[in-house]
Amino acid sequence: MAEYLIKNGYVYDPILGINGDKHDVAIKDGKMVDASAVKNAKVIDANGMTVMAGGVDIHAHIAGPKLNIGRNFRPEDKLFNAKPGQGIKHMVAGHSVPTTFKFGYIYANMGYGFAMEAAMPPLYARHTHEEIRDTPIIDEAALPVFGNNWFVLEYLKNHEIENTAAYIAWILRATKGFGIKNVNPGGTEAWAWGMNCSSIHDNVPYFDITPAEIVTGLIEANEYLGLPHSMHVHGNQLGEPGNYKTTLETLALAKGYKPNSKFGRDQVLHQTHLQFHSYGGDSYSSKSFESKSKEVADYINKQDNITFDLGVVTLDDTTTMTADGPFEQHLSHMNHLKWANTDVELETAAGVVPFQYRKNTFIAVAQWAVGLELALYAKDPMKCFLTTDAPNAGPLWRYPRVIKWLMSEQARNEVLDDAKYGEKVRDRCYIGELDREISLYELAAMTRAGTAKALGLGNMFGSLRPGMEGDVVVYPYSPESENPEDIEYAFGNAKYFIKGGEMIINDGEIVSNGNKRTFWVDCKVNENAQVQHDIEEKFKRYYTVGLNNYDVNEKTFLPNPHRIEVDATQ
Amino acid sequence: MESGKEKPAYTEACGIIELDPEDIKKLGVWRNTNVRVTSEFGSVIVKAIEATQGPHPGLGWIPMGPWANQIICPKTYSTGMPTFKGTPVTVEVANDEQVLGSIELVTLACRSE
Amino acid sequence: MGKIVTDVVCPFCGTLCDDLEVKLSDDGKEILEVYNACAIGATKFLHSQASDRLLRPRMQQDDGTWKEVSYDEAVEYTARILADAKKPLMYGWSSTSCEAQEVGAGIGEMVGAVMDNTATVCHGPSLIALQDVGMPSCTLGEIKNRADRVLFWGCNPVHAHPRHMSRYSIFPRGFFTGKGSKSRKVIVVDPRCTDSSKMADVHLQIQQGHDYELLDALRVAFKGKELPDVVAGIPKEKIYEAAETLKSGRFSVIFFGMGVTHSLGKNHNIDEAIAVTRDLNDYTKAAIMPMRGHYNVTGSGQVWGWQFGFPFCLDLSRGFARYNPGETSSNDLLRRDEVDAVFVLGSDPGAHFPISSVKKIAKLPSVCIDPHITPTSAVCKLHVPVAFVGIEVGGCAYRMDNVPIETRKVIDPPEGVLTDEEFLSRVSDRVKELKGV
Repeated sequence: MAEYLIKNGYVYDPILGINGDKHDVAIKDGKMVDASAVKNAKVIDANGMTVMAGGVDIHAHIAGPKLNIGRNFRPEDKLFNAKPGQGIKHMVAGHSVPTTFKFGYIYANMGYGFAMEAAMPPLYARHTHEEIRDTPIIDEAALPVFGNNWFVLEYLKNHEIENTAAYIAWILRATKGFGIKNVNPGGTEAWAWGMNCSSIHDNVPYFDITPAEIVTGLIEANEYLGLPHSMHVHGNQLGEPGNYKTTLETLALAKGYKPNSKFGRDQVLHQTHLQFHSYGGDSYSSKSFESKSKEVADYINKQDNITFDLGVVTLDDTTTMTADGPFEQHLSHMNHLKWANTDVELETAAGVVPFQYRKNTFIAVAQWAVGLELALYAKDPMKCFLTTDAPNAGPLWRYPRVIKWLMSEQARNEVLDDAKYGEKVRDRCYIGELDREISLYELAAMTRAGTAKALGLGNMFGSLRPGMEGDVVVYPYSPESENPEDIEYAFGNAKYFIKGGEMIINDGEIVSNGNKRTFWVDCKVNENAQVQHDIEEKFKRYYTVGLNNYDVNEKTFLPNPHRIEVDATQ
Repeated sequence: MESGKEKPAYTEACGIIELDPEDIKKLGVWRNTNVRVTSEFGSVIVKAIEATQGPHPGLGWIPMGPWANQIICPKTYSTGMPTFKGTPVTVEVANDEQVLGSIELVTLACRSE
Repeated sequence: MGKIVTDVVCPFCGTLCDDLEVKLSDDGKEILEVYNACAIGATKFLHSQASDRLLRPRMQQDDGTWKEVSYDEAVEYTARILADAKKPLMYGWSSTSCEAQEVGAGIGEMVGAVMDNTATVCHGPSLIALQDVGMPSCTLGEIKNRADRVLFWGCNPVHAHPRHMSRYSIFPRGFFTGKGSKSRKVIVVDPRCTDSSKMADVHLQIQQGHDYELLDALRVAFKGKELPDVVAGIPKEKIYEAAETLKSGRFSVIFFGMGVTHSLGKNHNIDEAIAVTRDLNDYTKAAIMPMRGHYNVTGSGQVWGWQFGFPFCLDLSRGFARYNPGETSSNDLLRRDEVDAVFVLGSDPGAHFPISSVKKIAKLPSVCIDPHITPTSAVCKLHVPVAFVGIEVGGCAYRMDNVPIETRKVIDPPEGVLTDEEFLSRVSDRVKELKGV
């Protein structure tokens, strides 16, 4: 493998504590090494540019059945953005739901080396893996969903943590999954009857368990297993005015739990797309709606076992897709756009609805404000991560624009000044009072160092420390730049990107499809006859796929697997 | 269909038109006689049998396959889908004509251009 | 005493049963019996060993006779006609694995083909309707466990998806449907008194071609508004009754098929059926599902969806993906003489396209990849037999509810017979050479 030496760039690495110094960065045999260790390196001159470890995305919808519903039911999403193949690149298309090839190229251009598919329905795992396999360059993993799973609901009703954990370990192996995703706990099972849970204390129909019990149960199961990542939750009442109360109640459930993980994370609960969950008021009207980002951020700032990602609204035409089935039906009633839904036996559901966040409406800009405020209030950027819940709050390739808004008060004011109801938004939200500008050092925490740590991958990604994976990006951005537009350009157009020691982007051009890996967690647990029996029973009686056909065959679907082994037999 | 479309069983199964007993009476023919089915788009010889899933007076039913496709409406009306169902046809007795096997039927039609 | 292979996935229809058991001879070279399959599935397995099975490619001569050629010659001919064509049509892709579909997509991208699958004569209108209005749906297990109102519209599962009713839609005793068929009320809408309608509680013998009106009438009936005395041949009392039955259930599902996609209205019929389902969700829980035909037409739509963005009628001829059924659909392209070569794999347009389209195929440079002799192979210049997916080679397939299941290999293909994937890979390599990629 080639050796690389990146010189003269401004380096930002919160793990090594490098804050903009000019520091030599070297890669050899696919790993980061000390600069003195390379003898025959190709030298990259990063003069005037920003150097960071490859990005790590903790939550995006990039592979799986609801992506494809989005693609296949929105031919209009491909209008005017199709590009023919070029060199080693496939043809690409898709504005809010790109094709798999395009996802790989988007991430590479943004300098990201790892991405987590946010929600994988276990019965459809093969589909998720097929799409992951067809996404070039980036390493990926997927989180199977558990918050509405019949096994989980039944075990947790009786607080059977060991059984829950055994089942989860079984699912991780069967689906080649990475961790525990929990979407609209209990509410999506209620949705299978057309209902929902409107508070964490509601009873799930028939199963007679509350969302609160599901959340705490899954936290306990996660820590029992000692998984690399924590329970990852999309709480109840997403998008509802006034939902910040439910959010605070959900976050409070993490109190008292300590992480049990050899993988370095500090959190027991990761709250995703917090923006959608930080609303006050009781309608979307500017007379009522208000941002509660400060209240929520204040709470999180006082905890040491919670992380979150933002889910920033980007004011684009986009497509919403989530396992929060009832929410999607509700959304399509509001905007009268086409609605697709799939309930998945014994497991979960998904809904897909196009959505337009119009800058000349009050509510879209208010939502935009809430997402940014959460970041501007966050005390520790190692716990606050940049996402757009792609594509729900905005398309994936808008990350650079979000970075611009976080780093430049001027850029934020431009949005508010340009918006028809900008003044109302300043009035009902906190954005007008916030002049903080995220620094590049903090940005590195929010987009790589912090996310890698929260995922339990801090020994592989998120830093340039020798021994880490050779994922390095050079952004054509000078810290001395005065123009916020430079930020948006640079973070979407990496000048150089090296992934696993292989040159992917050379002088702005994608030159390789790389060698992507699919990560999954192989968790060993004690034999559990009860769970084994329950699995056999439910497959025989209630599933429509045989137990022996459920497992994702690693050889077929994961051509380049990376297994993370966990031993939970103690 | 799965045991071979070149075999007689396929012709037996799909080279037919199921007609309501009322329509067979009107035609003045015994069941299981060959008939000529003609539409605006073409013509084909199939065996007339009594409806197995009737009654459905006025409706003739030919299973999907090359016999049906000789006479159905190929227009898609810009949807991509030919109009396979609902083509008006005339049925007349054709006692002395043969029902062709699928391969013969299709190759002959293609050669006659 | 013979080996039994269990959990075998049947490669026939969109029901994609995965509980078949196949009994092999002691040496594992012969299929002796198939258990649990319907008659059609069993035939597929057993007939794969017919003694008159074609084992090598063959080219049609000018005088209509066939001459055996090698796989190498077949690869060469196929690669050439695809590489030389300005706008080749690569059609079918429905009776094969996702792995093969993916290699095929790569070839299509290289040669600028129009890729189309059997949805174009089957559930294409449903795909178009999904694009117009969306689709509230679910997996088949939700039907098994929850559905207490089942409506079959324009489909005849007893004949076309024989085990559907017993595995999923009428008979199973699921978690919330412990009384099996007694837990359910079944309605069939069909212009004929089909064998499926005989299993139903209610048969609405609709006037053929008037589905749109009856679907619309149901939506009126849901709202309790006035209807004309008769709609589509059905008296209004029966329409109100059906509406009430659907609304009063805990979980209503509509399964639909060619009766509505093939009849005039086509995609608009499906728009309306989906709107019925969407409206029902205001009163109770409801879902709708197309009865997909081939066992992996759904997979073809999925693979093209994630690679290109469209599920069928996929035109790659300009170097980027375009989609416009009516313009980029197989039958329209053939009718207007807009393709100059035809490649067919995993389907039989010779039997299932209007004869006017088949005549066009017969005139063009053409290849048919199919283990069987079919009307398609009969009019193509080259016929290449391959192994049966799901019997002689495994591979992923997608069920009618989009659930992916990996089919198994049960026995070896006959000596020297290639799989789809192998043949396509060789064609792909040769096309790369010809195109200088």
